Amino acid sequence: MNEHWTLFKRNLQNFWGDFRGNRMGLIGAFLVLTALIAAVFAPSLSRYSPSEVIRDENGRGLTFAPPSVHAPLGTDDAGRDVWTQLIYGARISMTVGFLAGFIAMFVGSLFGITAGYFGGWVDNLLMRTTDVLLVIPDLPLMIVLVATLRQMQLKISPLTVLILVIGLLYWTSTARLIRSQVLTIKERQFVARARAIGAGHFHIIRKHILPQIMPLIVANTVLIISTAILVESGLAFLGLGDPTQPSWGTMLNFAFSRNAVTNGAWWFYLPPGLAIVWISLGCVLLGNVLEEMLNPRLTGHNLEDERHMVSIPAPGASSD
Amino acid sequence: MTETPLLSIRHLDVNFIMPDGQTARALEDVSFDVSPGQTIGLVGESGCGKTTTLMSIMRLLPSNGRITGGQVFYNGLDMLTFSERQMRDYRWKEMSIIFQGAMNALNPVMKVGDQVGEAILLHNLMDQSQANRRVDELLELVGIPKSRRDQYPHQYSGGMRQRAMIAMALACAPSLLFADEPTTALDVMIQAQVLELLKEIQQKLGLAIVLVTHDLGVVAEVCDSVVVMYGGKVAEYGNADQIYNQPQHPYTQRLLESFPDLNRTVDQGAGSDQTLASIPGTPPRLTELPAGCRFEPRCHLRIERCSQEAPKLIDVSAITAGKGHFAACHLCQGPEAAF
Amino acid sequence: MNRRDYLIRKLGLALVTIFVVVIINFLLFRVLPGDPVRSVIGRNVRISADTQQALREQFGLDKPIFPDQFLDTLGQWARGNLGVSWSLRKPVNEILLSKLWNTLLLIGIGQILAILLGVTLGLIAGWKRKSAVDVGALTFSLIAWATPTFWLGIILLAAGSTWLGLPTGGIVSPANVGKPLYTVIPDVAHHLILPTLTLTILYLGEYMLIMRSSILEVLSEDYILTAKAKGMSHWQVLRKHALKNAMLPIVTLIALNLGFTVSGAIYIETVFSYDGLGKMFQIALVKQDYPLLQGAFLLLAISVIIANMLADILYTYLDPRVKAT
Repeated sequence: MNEHWTLFKRNLQNFWGDFRGNRMGLIGAFLVLTALIAAVFAPSLSRYSPSEVIRDENGRGLTFAPPSVHAPLGTDDAGRDVWTQLIYGARISMTVGFLAGFIAMFVGSLFGITAGYFGGWVDNLLMRTTDVLLVIPDLPLMIVLVATLRQMQLKISPLTVLILVIGLLYWTSTARLIRSQVLTIKERQFVARARAIGAGHFHIIRKHILPQIMPLIVANTVLIISTAILVESGLAFLGLGDPTQPSWGTMLNFAFSRNAVTNGAWWFYLPPGLAIVWISLGCVLLGNVLEEMLNPRLTGHNLEDERHMVSIPAPGASSD
Repeated sequence: MTETPLLSIRHLDVNFIMPDGQTARALEDVSFDVSPGQTIGLVGESGCGKTTTLMSIMRLLPSNGRITGGQVFYNGLDMLTFSERQMRDYRWKEMSIIFQGAMNALNPVMKVGDQVGEAILLHNLMDQSQANRRVDELLELVGIPKSRRDQYPHQYSGGMRQRAMIAMALACAPSLLFADEPTTALDVMIQAQVLELLKEIQQKLGLAIVLVTHDLGVVAEVCDSVVVMYGGKVAEYGNADQIYNQPQHPYTQRLLESFPDLNRTVDQGAGSDQTLASIPGTPPRLTELPAGCRFEPRCHLRIERCSQEAPKLIDVSAITAGKGHFAACHLCQGPEAAF
Repeated sequence: MNRRDYLIRKLGLALVTIFVVVIINFLLFRVLPGDPVRSVIGRNVRISADTQQALREQFGLDKPIFPDQFLDTLGQWARGNLGVSWSLRKPVNEILLSKLWNTLLLIGIGQILAILLGVTLGLIAGWKRKSAVDVGALTFSLIAWATPTFWLGIILLAAGSTWLGLPTGGIVSPANVGKPLYTVIPDVAHHLILPTLTLTILYLGEYMLIMRSSILEVLSEDYILTAKAKGMSHWQVLRKHALKNAMLPIVTLIALNLGFTVSGAIYIETVFSYDGLGKMFQIALVKQDYPLLQGAFLLLAISVIIANMLADILYTYLDPRVKAT
């Protein structure tokens, strides 16, 4: 038991060493962490509440006010502080993104492991399902699904609808990735040996396969989360979010439909988009770096610059 | 050797810059000659520098490779002073190469016949119709039916692809052919055919061949001279007779011992898959080389001097039969090699 | 792999997918609470009673759902009858077909530009790895990937109209509404600049990335070293050996991208009020005009599926490893 712990600690240290040297990964981590902090500590980071309207001396709402000391990012069409909306919106956007991402990861891993491990008709069936799902254009499908589900008056909150729909449509890339990994692992000796000594399927999957694919799952999930956040923002922009719990996408919907653009209120439509880019970029950088560390790329191709191939020091240079 | 050698390597040093910044000294002070029409074998374990030597001569090293010293004389001219443009002129016309693992060396979306004849047109040696005839000749020479010239590589078997590579390498009638492990990754019967083919071609065309292999049986079949490499340096160098019958370097001796079937010919089934695992220990890491002899940790004849001082190449012709026999070992008596 | 088998498999997949889409489309709006009639006739019925009755009969709305309604509906769809849009008071198919070309124009130009620029950049980036072009292109692509389509549209709309005086929406100026497009080409072109620019920027990144990794993979293959060993210059190697192999995944990508392009079109047409299928889709959503929504979904999905299949067929003729029988 002790050896496992020492080995784990050493792996973690190596990982941290590699990770620390990678600038992109650090930038990604920074972006994600700051967004997380902003979301979690939202109430402490703003003196207003999200629905509070800032009023001027006469009690009228201060609509479309440019950034000022009172409101660092100005106000929206109703006079509410944009900065407050932004950080509270972070909670919604990121929650939906993370949850949808986890559903996609879970379904994708389940399908991927099952398809890869059991093979045969199960594999065929699952992969054909993936193929079918991939061909259907994603946004129109999601729009009609969400629109219908909401109309069905099933007493599910709009956000839950979004989470479910996104999660259940974006598992395909994970499934394929996991499946091909499982196929490679399955080839290896120890699986055959485990079967020979009578180990059951679950046991093999849990002890031999899962530990090996876990890092890959994690890297892939980070990327899926970033996609989920982007998709949610799009759907919310089209009005399919929850107006009472505005995400960044919903904010942009408000900005657009309430003429922030024509009114030149850039402080209203710029920040939410920037926030989306912020967290998506962060997740992508993180995910890419993780993936890169797991599947390190080759060092060079065959057509690189050959100017330095012959580097014979000129005679008269200091000898060793 | 009375004639001027075709190819003359002198004190070649090659480094690789590893991803973590360390320098791997892949070749150090490598010297040997190739005469016109001669077949020379480069032997050694994986990683000893055989392939690197070939790639350095043709200047096809990967992007992290650096030739840091030495000279590569071809017909008297030092190719290391050539610009890339001059190199391109020499490539395939004067010297060509058959890479290890012919599986991927052919472009999968281009017809085999086109690939064989490509270099002829590239170097403007013939016009299209002449080139086509030459391709047919070449395919016939290696035993591939002409009718298959318009097929794609995936339609060829492994042995046929290897033979197509040979045909392709001969397209511009080079004087020198480099063959990197031409028989590895082929099954035994095909190996024999390919070796026969190489011998035949050599006799017919008078080519010089530098054959890289880890298989001493192959070398025994085909080579006039042998260069035994270890850890990036030349351990022993001489003609086939000297190397096989009077090996001077302990490494060569151990190598030969691990090939008990060398007395049998290829027809009797020798030469297959005889790896060198029987020498205990592992080759040195090229990033952390010892100050003394690189073989010393695994050597059964080592003395104290061996771990302190790297041996230079000694001319041992006085001991063995004939001239031109060199070994890099402190145990050998003789003058230093005059390279 | 055998070409014939490959094509049969792809055709089969396309048919199954179309079938799935049809079923989804059929079921979706019939599960809404209330009168199933509404899914074809419209939520707040505002069309004449005669039209209502005609539709009821055509789509068999008084009969049980399976198999009667299903088959009747299928039959109607096959004939191109997608119901009537209650908000625009016209048959759905008429509306959609009239907007189809506008969308194709937008997507077509955007994709072509993105492909040309993206592939070229990707080639340079992969070939000259770690050069300024490579790093710049990678950074650009990453950021483009993380940028929401509609938001970029909003930014460009704001910037373009404020600083460059470009139009803020529509496909033609108000003066030219109703005229056939080929008669007012300069005006259309003027209106296309911003939306096309948005599309191009976003898709360029993706093509760049795919081409870059494709070229990296191809250039790492042994046959590239063989070509170099024959004495070819870098450019000759690229032209004769690398490009063809590297471009193959691009064809596949174009096919895969079709679905995402449609999504992009929906956002961009919304932001720029561009009169195409995407905008129709969004209007139908906002107004809860289900016949229009359903019809648009069906048309979009089937177009993408067929386009995908055609691209797959094209691929088999390009890659000689897919053997002809």
